[in-house]
Amino acid sequence: MEFMSDIVSLLSATLRISTPLIFAAMAGLFAERSGVIDFGLEGKMLAAAFVAATGAYFLGSPWFGLILAIVCCVSLSLLHGFASVTHKGDQVVSCVAINILMIGLTTALAAAWFGEEGLTPTLNDDQRFFEINLPFADALRPIPILGTIYSDIISGHYIFVYIAYILVPIVYWVVFKTSFGLRLRAVGENPSAVDTAGIGVYATRYKALMINGVLVAFAGAYLSTAINANFFREMSAGRGYLALAALIFGKWHPKTALLACLLFGFTDALQIRLQGVELPIIGVIPVQFIQAIPYVLTVVLLAGFVGKAIAPRAIGQPYIKEG
Amino acid sequence: MKNFLNIIIVSFALVFSTSSFANKIGVIYDSGGKFDKSFNELAYRTALKVKDELGFGMIEFEAANNTQIEQGMRKVADRGATLIVGMGFAQADAVAAVAPDYPDTKFVAVDVCWLEDPASNIYQACYKEHEGSFLVGMIAAMKSASGKIGFVGGMDIPLIRKFQGGYEQGAQFVNPNIEVFANMTGTTVEAWNNPTKGAELTKAQIDKGADVVYQAAGGTGIGVLQAAADAGVFSIGVDANQNWMHPGSVLTSMLKRLDLTIYEQAEKSAAGTFESGIHILGLAEGGLGYAMDENNKGLIAPAMIAQVEQAKAGIISGAIAVEDWSQQ
Repeated sequence: MEFMSDIVSLLSATLRISTPLIFAAMAGLFAERSGVIDFGLEGKMLAAAFVAATGAYFLGSPWFGLILAIVCCVSLSLLHGFASVTHKGDQVVSCVAINILMIGLTTALAAAWFGEEGLTPTLNDDQRFFEINLPFADALRPIPILGTIYSDIISGHYIFVYIAYILVPIVYWVVFKTSFGLRLRAVGENPSAVDTAGIGVYATRYKALMINGVLVAFAGAYLSTAINANFFREMSAGRGYLALAALIFGKWHPKTALLACLLFGFTDALQIRLQGVELPIIGVIPVQFIQAIPYVLTVVLLAGFVGKAIAPRAIGQPYIKEG
Repeated sequence: MKNFLNIIIVSFALVFSTSSFANKIGVIYDSGGKFDKSFNELAYRTALKVKDELGFGMIEFEAANNTQIEQGMRKVADRGATLIVGMGFAQADAVAAVAPDYPDTKFVAVDVCWLEDPASNIYQACYKEHEGSFLVGMIAAMKSASGKIGFVGGMDIPLIRKFQGGYEQGAQFVNPNIEVFANMTGTTVEAWNNPTKGAELTKAQIDKGADVVYQAAGGTGIGVLQAAADAGVFSIGVDANQNWMHPGSVLTSMLKRLDLTIYEQAEKSAAGTFESGIHILGLAEGGLGYAMDENNKGLIAPAMIAQVEQAKAGIISGAIAVEDWSQQ
């Protein structure tokens, strides 16, 4: 029975940990499919976390915080677009600038507004998101297996978690089944052909970047107004880069990127639970080894199973209109 | 206009007065950030107190990474600090390198107690954290209804094993059958500043049945306390008094009285009675304690306090031996 509850806790944590990665990976997917490298997910996530926590604190509702975070991230994405699409600057440089700027700016603004470097005040219950219990969760719990899966693994998460998993099929539909998606992919593969067909390359890339901003804002707000109750200095802790890795790992496809995010989330949840546990024969595994598992697994899978990840052909190249 | 003039006069007065302070305290913070609500923030608040009550000037330095510490410490010494406080074991090398070059400046090295001191100007303070953790471990075991308690450490270093060891021994002293889940956040300095990970570790322990969680994790601990409060279980703070952070959920805090150490040495350095040397501070020296205030008054029954005080007396007299796990 104890084994069963360990599994339940592990799977529930996997859903929770994967959520910010999924939002950021889906955000990255739009940008990169349109041919714009988005290395700046990390900085945007950090900015969103700060703005969401600050907005929720001053305006009294986490939803206002989320809206402000969306506004902030869309602006940052447009800034990235302005530098690298309109002015054809190097996309990686523009992203690194956003990342570094956001680390400094969030810390400095927290110091200026709240007197504490890199920390916003703790949000009270009205200013935060809370876990939601799905309907009938308690009634269905006694049903063996299915009841446990529904009531203890699927139910009882923050709203962000559900949005993230609903988001993935929507992203799939938009990118692969709509005319906007077709244009988006075409712009990322062969922009001059799209231009010849009379579709605006810049406009499409800007649209993709705006969607990118909206989605990554959810990841940041989740960190600071749901699982935590304030913003901390550098709280994104590399999740933006991890999401980008998941996107590449998943070959720029929503379904496989989702699996990669889940894998990262699962190994992270697993290593937390393996610490200090005595395994038969081997004994207690050192912490250092356990914490390396997610990375080792990534390298092994990337080298052995995933095969070659082919990027959109025009990625990283600013489009220069002939004329 | 008059106001404006006044402001100018006052600011001039301030500028000149800062440069004319006879004594200045310089604080160099450890990773985890100045406002970690714990270790570093306690040093900051103490320095503020030294400034207000003893009339010291104040200089601070926060290193972006450990390689900057020595440079920063030299800069603080050059700017005229008369007493420099180095927070954390990571500053040992910097203190050892800088102190001999500034023989007139006094140094307090917190969590460092193995340096040679050619200029006799370093007060090295280590604490018997295992003794203080023993007491809060007892409180945790007495309060736990499930018989399962948790510990979340920051970076995996011997110092943090000391907290863990004392806690486990204290819990077993009360309840030999208690189950203790212990997790470390990471193996790099980033582990002091990752509250999201701290919250996740705490949730995992709560899922396994823990109903009291003790943290010794710097800034990461903010996430631990938050997760415990969200789940409606108890937590125990560390270093500074953290009872106020989530009243009703934070059971008590293991106090590491580096505030007393710093204040005392500031007083002594001003009076010219500063004494260098290695000091290992335990319960007997008043170097550790557990926090009781109006925020946790209702949580801990007088009978529990009596039992803890009895054990405290036993540790001081030597009747109860608490093992130091950092030596293993």
